[in-house]
Amino acid sequence: MNPAFSVIFLTTLIGTGQGLFIAVVFGQPYSGSGISNYGLVATILAFAFLAAGLLASFFHLGRPERAWRAVTKWRTSWLSREVIVLPIAMILVLIYAVVQWIPGLVDGKIMNTIGLVGVFVMLVLFFCTAMIYACVKFLQEWATPWTIINYTVLGTASGFVLATALSAILDVERLGDFRSLAIAFTVIGLITRLFSFHRNNRIKYRSSIQTAVGIKHRKITQRSMGHTGGSFNTRAFFHHCSDTLISNLRLTVIIIVFVIPVAMLILYGLFPREEILWAAFVVQFIGLLAERWLFFAQANHPQNLYYQTVS
Amino acid sequence: MSKQLALVIDLNVCVGCHACVTSCKEWNTSGSAGALPDERPYGKDPSGTFFNRVQTFEIGEFPNVETVHFPKSCLHCEDPPCVPVCPTGASYKREEDGIVLVDYDKCIGCEYCAWACPYGAREIDTRQKVMKKCTLCVDRIYDQELPVSERKPACVLACPTSARLFGDIQDPDSEVSVAIREEGGYQLMPEWGTNPANHYLPRRKQRITIHEDELIRADSPLKKEGVHPHGPVKDVTLDDVTSW
Repeated sequence: MNPAFSVIFLTTLIGTGQGLFIAVVFGQPYSGSGISNYGLVATILAFAFLAAGLLASFFHLGRPERAWRAVTKWRTSWLSREVIVLPIAMILVLIYAVVQWIPGLVDGKIMNTIGLVGVFVMLVLFFCTAMIYACVKFLQEWATPWTIINYTVLGTASGFVLATALSAILDVERLGDFRSLAIAFTVIGLITRLFSFHRNNRIKYRSSIQTAVGIKHRKITQRSMGHTGGSFNTRAFFHHCSDTLISNLRLTVIIIVFVIPVAMLILYGLFPREEILWAAFVVQFIGLLAERWLFFAQANHPQNLYYQTVS
Repeated sequence: MSKQLALVIDLNVCVGCHACVTSCKEWNTSGSAGALPDERPYGKDPSGTFFNRVQTFEIGEFPNVETVHFPKSCLHCEDPPCVPVCPTGASYKREEDGIVLVDYDKCIGCEYCAWACPYGAREIDTRQKVMKKCTLCVDRIYDQELPVSERKPACVLACPTSARLFGDIQDPDSEVSVAIREEGGYQLMPEWGTNPANHYLPRRKQRITIHEDELIRADSPLKKEGVHPHGPVKDVTLDDVTSW
């Protein structure tokens, strides 16, 4: 597939926002009686990430003015379900921000309930986003539970790294827990992503040129795709990058999404400077953009079998 | 089973002339849905939206090689994977005749349906920013103002070798059903369970088996009298033992 930057930004930005919100709710019980600035700032930031992701998604649409129609087919379409769940998640984050903004508006129990419902909706949103890709069964790189696991774990890891950096300036009390969890989620993400890389390396494609044209012969060569200029089929489904770039990018992703952030988070224990944590978040987020690019680029669409040779 | 209109394309007959491509483009660029884009048609890097393409494949290796021209358009799957993924319901399959269509007024241009089509049958309209695809000339096949013989998709009418058949594949007595049944019609990428309505008829060679002893007529009078191309025949022939 040819990766679309709107979708790359959508999935990475909302992933971080979702992870950050999960981190905020996780941290809340530790606040005791008072509500800290930290919770409010982090909640608003989580909302900003979700909103930025939503904004990015509009750039993917040919007719963004009709986007509201996308809520109608929630019975069959995971995309429609995502379009419904994302605003619900954003509303819950806003409510969570408001109850922190005005102390005493609701008691701690109700606030925690709102938070937990929010966390549940965030997990549902991870599932909906990943299922958009995982449900396309002939995109065999995507049609696997690893897609769902990686979207969830990588988004959560990124959110927890951001939560660690935020807590360094706003609430040092929580920093230790966030830092440990950020390391834990990043390491889990490394393991699950390596598993999915491993699986995708060994895929046996069910479609071949033989099934595509329905002729039984070992040697079938395309001599013409029917047009000399490009078309939607040659633009949208090919990334036009070399195999070397892809394999180099894979190594880069492993290093900057997982190895460097974990090293920096550990380094913070020795040199407690908050810049290290911010750098860890930024490096990991850039890495996640590359990871998502790779996720799209590595998906091999069976329609490409029909577009092997111009003429 | 309800009606399912479809094309049956005979690869044995297709000569790869692209007449179906140009007639398809001509008809569909002139319809009420508006022109199909054709960017820089005579320029350096032409690009456009087509509903039908003719591709060419080479089967085997010289000297045992054969060229197959392969027209490819939307297959109007009986279980179309592009329909349930559409978030707006713009992509739909008609109950009454099984044609898979896009409602251009509802499409948001998210391209998800194109991802969900294993055949690459959908092409985005780069001007209108909506997804487009073969309509089986739905604006033509029901047109009461056309003579009955012309109520067929433009590609079928244009084909000079009649490689394209059109009809209801659920009706066992239709031309297309008979062709599929008797000429070995098959579906593309059956592994995904999409159950395409369009079928392809394979290359078919006419062969008869002739054994060596059938090449020389055993009771040929030439064997007894006259100039025999292989010299005189010493064997007894039927003429020696029967009186006819």
